[in-house]
Amino acid sequence: MRNQIEAKVKKGERINEKEALFLFEQNDLLWLGRLANLVKERISGNQVFFNINRHINPTNYCKNRCRFCAFSASFGDKHGYQLSLDQISEIAEQTGDIYEFHIVGGLHPQWDFDYYLQILKLLKRKKPNALLQAYTAVEIDHFSKISGLSLEQTIAELKSAGLNAVPGGGAEIFAEEVREKICPEKISAQRWLYVHRALHQAGLQSNATMLYGHIERYEHRVDHLKRLRELQDETKGFASFIPLAFHPKNTRLEYPYYTTGLDDLKTIAVARIYLDNFPHIKAFWIMLGEKLAQVSLWFGADDFDGTVEEEKITHMAGALTPSGLTRAELVALIRSAGREPVERDTLYQVRRVW
Amino acid sequence: MVRRLSQEEALELFQKATLLELGEQANALRWELNPKPVASFVIDRNINYTNICVSGCAFCAFSRPPGHPEAYVLSYEQIFQKIEELIQEAGTQILIQGGLNPELGLAWFEELFREIKKNYPIHIHGLSPPEIYFLAKQEGLSIREVLIRLKSAGLDTIPGGGAEILSERVRNELSPNKVSANGWLTVMREAHKLGIHASATMMFGSIETDEEIIEHLLKIRELQDQTNGFIAFIPWSFQPKNTKLSQILPADGVRYLRVLAISRLVLDNVRNIQASWVTQGAKIAEVALFFGANDFGSTMLEENVVRSAGAEFRMSKEEIIRQIRDAGLKPVQRDALYNLLREF
Repeated sequence: MRNQIEAKVKKGERINEKEALFLFEQNDLLWLGRLANLVKERISGNQVFFNINRHINPTNYCKNRCRFCAFSASFGDKHGYQLSLDQISEIAEQTGDIYEFHIVGGLHPQWDFDYYLQILKLLKRKKPNALLQAYTAVEIDHFSKISGLSLEQTIAELKSAGLNAVPGGGAEIFAEEVREKICPEKISAQRWLYVHRALHQAGLQSNATMLYGHIERYEHRVDHLKRLRELQDETKGFASFIPLAFHPKNTRLEYPYYTTGLDDLKTIAVARIYLDNFPHIKAFWIMLGEKLAQVSLWFGADDFDGTVEEEKITHMAGALTPSGLTRAELVALIRSAGREPVERDTLYQVRRVW
Repeated sequence: MVRRLSQEEALELFQKATLLELGEQANALRWELNPKPVASFVIDRNINYTNICVSGCAFCAFSRPPGHPEAYVLSYEQIFQKIEELIQEAGTQILIQGGLNPELGLAWFEELFREIKKNYPIHIHGLSPPEIYFLAKQEGLSIREVLIRLKSAGLDTIPGGGAEILSERVRNELSPNKVSANGWLTVMREAHKLGIHASATMMFGSIETDEEIIEHLLKIRELQDQTNGFIAFIPWSFQPKNTKLSQILPADGVRYLRVLAISRLVLDNVRNIQASWVTQGAKIAEVALFFGANDFGSTMLEENVVRSAGAEFRMSKEEIIRQIRDAGLKPVQRDALYNLLREF
């Protein structure tokens, strides 16, 4: 199996699910790295991309309350919050020249669709040059329900309010048997994929994530990657795949561990090898840690996410990283890894080569 | 079979090879020198008997000058208490190190070690070369005499601290009052001659050049060729917080793995290479097991020196075992001399 996979990767052929599972079961980290790096360099050479962005999480009040989430809150919870349009406006005013606002939040039990649209319009007005990467498939599905609009109409409204691209959150693990334990209230895998198909058909780019390192098995990860690769074959609408390392603090999932370094690198490497139709694999340093994320640039990752500036969701679950990095720090990390730093925007337009 | 790297080859590899190339070569040598699929660790604690220090090194956040309100010296009683706690946790060694404190003479250490050995079944891994050199100077004795007296009082092995970077240029700039590179090597040579084994360290990521890192490794390798007294080598990265060099960015993960791998490759005569979870965190320490390291260091029930400089990582014995297992290796508790004591 090992030789067969190696031969396929060298020839640029697609590996199947059995082979992906075999890769997950290997502990030969440097071998995985070599294969993944081959694919990475074939696609993006020595370049590593990063964005100058800012996260805004408009509220953590959420109807879903997924078991792995330490961020969400119900009314009356001490850590609950919701940002007014004035507060969001203030954030925009305090933000320097960025390429992107990354906006993700809870399914607020009282906000209407119009409020979410107003957030987009407001940010577009305040920062016309910043692209809006906003609202996961879970939120978009929610908007369609609360507005009574069809999914297609909902997406059209978001687009005309300024939406440029959609983040990949809410995918978690697609397999039903895992989903019913970790996020029973959340939309199904089918629905998540359906929303992304509709987004791609509407001409919007999106990302895809996978929350790993909790109660799922390798088979579930492979199944997850399989469904993403199939949709991507059909639409070509995904820009990047982002494995998200589970963080155990303050969650209601009875699983106490952070992910290990080997598992993080392995997951990135297998994703890079298997998802041959995804342009980019992102090392989300907020979750991986800057050190490990940097090392992952030799294990298949070609994107370092961005400056982020104010991350809340992972930090409430015990993130061990700072909540933002400066442009200079990102450039230094990428360069010290022996890679060429490239500033990009949400749509992977190159803004500056360092 | 190991092929020895020349200075030029080592430097070329260190500067030009990709991270994966360096890793593959270091990993191959790791398996050649340590063919068992295990990674070891020791259960110990640091006992920093004093923070009073007249050395004033620019990279240190731990030391305090004599008379400073935060200056301290631990009493024998406090030290015994710490040893008792360690024995409760199945610990086998203490790493006893501290500042260069003019108030503490050789007799203080001799009596301490005698008392410890009389009362506790514990290995004393203590007093790095700067402390031994300082004692010799204070007492007007030779290094050899100091070592003989400490050994007969109960000193078992010597930690490799205070090596920093074994280059006179770096030392003159950062730690001019500390023992020179040659002095450090002399203390180690004398210790090895007396049958006292030691570890060696390297603190990189301050102001040194790549050439000076290779110079450091070659000096250790040369002495090891003569004495075979080093049991392990531990590279770790400078922690800049709260030091006079706080403007320096801490070494990143890739830099650490590169230094670790080149250390493994140059030091073909030192059997064990330790990963530094204290400075790198659990994730990189586990990855280090694929870049040349075969040892996970210690549980360090207590550590004060790098913590003062901002290192915030903590690991329990259970976490260390989990990381080693996750890497596909068998976790093994070892003693100070790297004899394997217990498999997990």
